[in-house]
Amino acid sequence: MTSGARTTERRLLILGGVSLAATLVLLVATEAFGFTPQDASQPEYRAMPVIGSRVAMWVVAQLHLMFAAFVLAVPMFALIIEIIGYVTKDKRYDDLAYEFTKLLSVSFSFTATLGALLTFMLIVLYPRLAGYMVKIFSWTFFPYVLLFFLEAIFLYSYYYGWGKFSPKVHIALGVGLNIVGTAIMFIADAWLTFMNTPNGISETGELVSMWDAVNNFIWMPINVHRIIANVAFGGSVAAAYGAYKFLGAKNDRERAHYDWMGYIGNFIAISALLPLPFAGYWLGKEIYAYSQSLGITLMGGTFSWLFIIQAVLIGNLFLAANYYLWVSMERIEGAERYRKFIKYLLASIAVCFLVWATPHSLVASVEESRAMGGSHHPVLGVLGVMSAKNTAVNILILTTYISFLLYRRGNKEATVSWARTGNIIQFSIFAAVIIFVVFLGVYGYFVEARVRIGLSVPQVLSVLFAMIAVTIIDIFLFKNAKIRGEIRWGDMPARAQYALFFIAITFAWTMGLMGYVRAGMRQHWHVYGVMADTSPDAFTPTLGFASNVISITVLIFFTFIAFVFWLAGLSGKKTVSETVEEAP
Amino acid sequence: MNLIVVGAVVAALIALRFLKPNALAWTAATWVALYVAFRWGIEPPLPASIVNMFMGIVTIALLAFVSADSERLRSAKSNIVNFLVRKKYTVPLLIVLVALPLLVAFKIYVDMSRSPQPPVTGRTIHPPPPATISFKGKTVDLGAVENPFREIEETDPEVFAAHVENGKRVYHQNCVFCHGDHMEGDGIFAHGFDPIPANFQDATTIAMLQESYLFWRIAKGAPGLPMESTPWASAMPAWEKFLTEDEIWDVIIFLYDYTGHRPRAKEELH
Repeated sequence: MTSGARTTERRLLILGGVSLAATLVLLVATEAFGFTPQDASQPEYRAMPVIGSRVAMWVVAQLHLMFAAFVLAVPMFALIIEIIGYVTKDKRYDDLAYEFTKLLSVSFSFTATLGALLTFMLIVLYPRLAGYMVKIFSWTFFPYVLLFFLEAIFLYSYYYGWGKFSPKVHIALGVGLNIVGTAIMFIADAWLTFMNTPNGISETGELVSMWDAVNNFIWMPINVHRIIANVAFGGSVAAAYGAYKFLGAKNDRERAHYDWMGYIGNFIAISALLPLPFAGYWLGKEIYAYSQSLGITLMGGTFSWLFIIQAVLIGNLFLAANYYLWVSMERIEGAERYRKFIKYLLASIAVCFLVWATPHSLVASVEESRAMGGSHHPVLGVLGVMSAKNTAVNILILTTYISFLLYRRGNKEATVSWARTGNIIQFSIFAAVIIFVVFLGVYGYFVEARVRIGLSVPQVLSVLFAMIAVTIIDIFLFKNAKIRGEIRWGDMPARAQYALFFIAITFAWTMGLMGYVRAGMRQHWHVYGVMADTSPDAFTPTLGFASNVISITVLIFFTFIAFVFWLAGLSGKKTVSETVEEAP
Repeated sequence: MNLIVVGAVVAALIALRFLKPNALAWTAATWVALYVAFRWGIEPPLPASIVNMFMGIVTIALLAFVSADSERLRSAKSNIVNFLVRKKYTVPLLIVLVALPLLVAFKIYVDMSRSPQPPVTGRTIHPPPPATISFKGKTVDLGAVENPFREIEETDPEVFAAHVENGKRVYHQNCVFCHGDHMEGDGIFAHGFDPIPANFQDATTIAMLQESYLFWRIAKGAPGLPMESTPWASAMPAWEKFLTEDEIWDVIIFLYDYTGHRPRAKEELH
C-alpha cells in the first residue's frame, strides 16, 4: 500500500473514531441531563434548512445503512474465502480474500462517520424522539460502543495483519470481526424494529422490560433478513469492484484476476439473493401478525405499488445475474453444448418476471376498469396475489440455479458409469419440484389466506431440496470428470462487466426502496402507536418523491464507493498470484 | 381470451421456427407477436399500463437474448449495418424512415382525438385500518374484535342461518344498488362511480381480509378513510348512521356466505 493511501485511511479511521466517541458523549449527556419529552424548554423538532429534517435524516440513515451492510458483509465472505485458501493451500483464494478486505477499511470509517452524523441529526432535529429512544434503550448504547471499538480493533488487525500473523490467528481475528459486527447490527436492529413493533413498554410508553423491547416482534426477522441481504449487497459491490478493475486492467493477468473476482462476487451475491425473498416473506408475515393495519399498509395499501417497483427491480436482478452466467459460458471451452438451453431459461425467467411484476390492482382508466368489471382483471387478477408470486419466485430461483449448473458443467464431461442415470434423476427432481410448486400455487387459490401463506413453506423447502439434491448428485457425477477445455479467465466481453455494475446499483436501489418501506409504514408515528409524529413532515410522501430521494441517495453512495474503489486501487500494489490464469 | 388472435400469434411464432430468419428479424417479429397477444389476445382487454409494463419486460428479455451470445449479437449488429448501408435495402430503408414518424404521428393523432379522460393513477385498494375506531360511543379495537356470530356457525347452525338471512335483508335494502345482485360491483348506481364499487366475488377482495376490516369499512365508509393515499374518491356511506352493530356483523356474514369465500383468519404472533 502507498504511504498516501495509508495516511488517508488512518485519517478516516481517526475521524470515524472521534465521531463515534462524540456520539457516545452526546447520548450519555442526553440521558444524564434528562432531555426527555417532558422538558418544556426542549423543542420537539428543529427544521433542517432547504431539504427539511425528514429528507436529511432519510438520506443519511440510508447511506449509513448501505455502508454498514457492506462493512458487515465483506468480512463474512472474505473469511470464508480465506479459510478455503487455507484448507486447500491455494494462494489465489488468499489473494482474493485480501482484495475484498482492502475495500473495508475506508468503508468502515465512512460507516462510523455517517453513523455519528445520523445520531447528531436525530438529537438535534428530533430531540423528543431521541430523548424517548434514549430513555428506552440507554443501556444498550454502552455495549454497542464497546462492540464498535472491538470491531475497529478486529478489522484493522485483520486487514493490516494480513500475512503477518499465523493463518490460524488471522482466521480467528476474522471470526471475531464477524461475531462483533453481527452483534452490533443486532443491537441497532433492536432500536429500529422497536419503532415499528414496540414491545416491553407500558400503555403510557414507559419501559417495563428491556429484553422485551429488544426482542420485539420483528427483531429476529429483520436480523435474519439483513444478514442475508447484506451478503447479497456486499457481494454485488465487490463484484462491481472486480468489474471496475477488469475494465481498467493493463494486461491479461490482471484481466484474468479481476474477471475471477467479479465472478466470485456475483456468485456470493446471487447465492444470498436466492433465500432472500423467503426471509422477506417471514418478516412480512410477522408484521401482519403484529398489526393488520401495518400489514395492509405494507402489502395491500399505501406501499403496495412500491412492491411492484421492487418486483421489477428484483426481476431485473435475476435476469442480469443469469445474463452474466450465460455470457460467462463463452469463456469456457466446451460450454457451447449448453447454449441451446439459454432461450428456454430466458423464457422461464421472462414469464416469472411478468407474473411477479403483475400488480394486484391494475392502473386503469374508468373505461378499462368497467371492461374488467373492477380494478382486478378476471384473467390477470389471479397473478396479482401471493400464490402466483410465490410460485413465480420459486421457479425463478430454480431457473437461476439451472443456469449456474450448466455454467459449472461447461467444460466437464462425466466419466462415471451411471452418468446417464444421474442426469435422468436430476431432471426428474427438477420436473417433480416444478410440478409440486405449481400445484401448490394453484391450490393456494382454493384455501383461505392463512393456509395460502403457509403453502410458501413446502414450496421453499421443495426448491431447497431440489438444489441440494441435484448439487450432491452433480458433485459425484463430475468426480474425475474429463475436462474438455480450459476456462479462459479474462476472456469476457465488457458488457458482462456492465451487468455486474447493473446488479450492484439495482441491489442498492432495492435496499433504499425497502428501507423506505420499513420506516414509512409507520406513517404518522415515530414509534408505532406510542409516539405520534407531530412534525410538519407527518405525511407519507408520494412514491415519485420517495423514488427521487432514494435515487439521489444511491447516487451519493456510489460516488462514495467510487472513492473507496479508487483508494483501494492505490493500495493495490500487492502482487497478484502468478498462477491466477488457472483460476477456477 | 381471444382465441383467434392467440391462435394467429402461436402460428406466427411456429412459422418463425421454420422460416429461420436472422436474429434481428426473429427478435422484431417475436416482439410484435407478443405485443399483439397482450394487446388484443386477452379478453377483457388489459389496461394500457399493464401492456406497456409487459412489453418493457419483453423488450429487456429480448435484448438479453440477442446479446447473451456474442455471435448472435454480431449477427444482429451486422443486420442493422447492412440494412443501413446496402444498396439493395434502399427502398425498404426509405419506407422505414417514412413509416416511423408517420406511426408516431398516427399514435399522437389517436391519443389527441380521444374525449377527455380523468387522469389514470395507481389506486390503493385496501386502505390501512386504524388500530381502534369509535362506534356509537364505544371504542372498537380492530386488532382484537371478532364477529360475535361467527362462533355459532358450527355450534348453532339454525341461529347462524337467521343471521345470514338478516344480513341478506340488510344487503338488499342498502348495498345492492351499488354492489349489485351478485355482489360483482355492478349495481344500478355503479356506472356513475369512479372508482366503481368493490366486486366481492373477486377472490382478491373480501377473501383476503379479516371481518374486523369489513366492519370498519362498512361502519365508517368513505368519511372514515385514512388521510394517506388520497384522493380515495369513494362514495361509500358511513353505515354506522343507519345500521346497528349486529346488522353490520350480519351483513358481513351474508357477504361471505353468498360469495362462498372465507374471512381471513387472524395470524398468530411468534
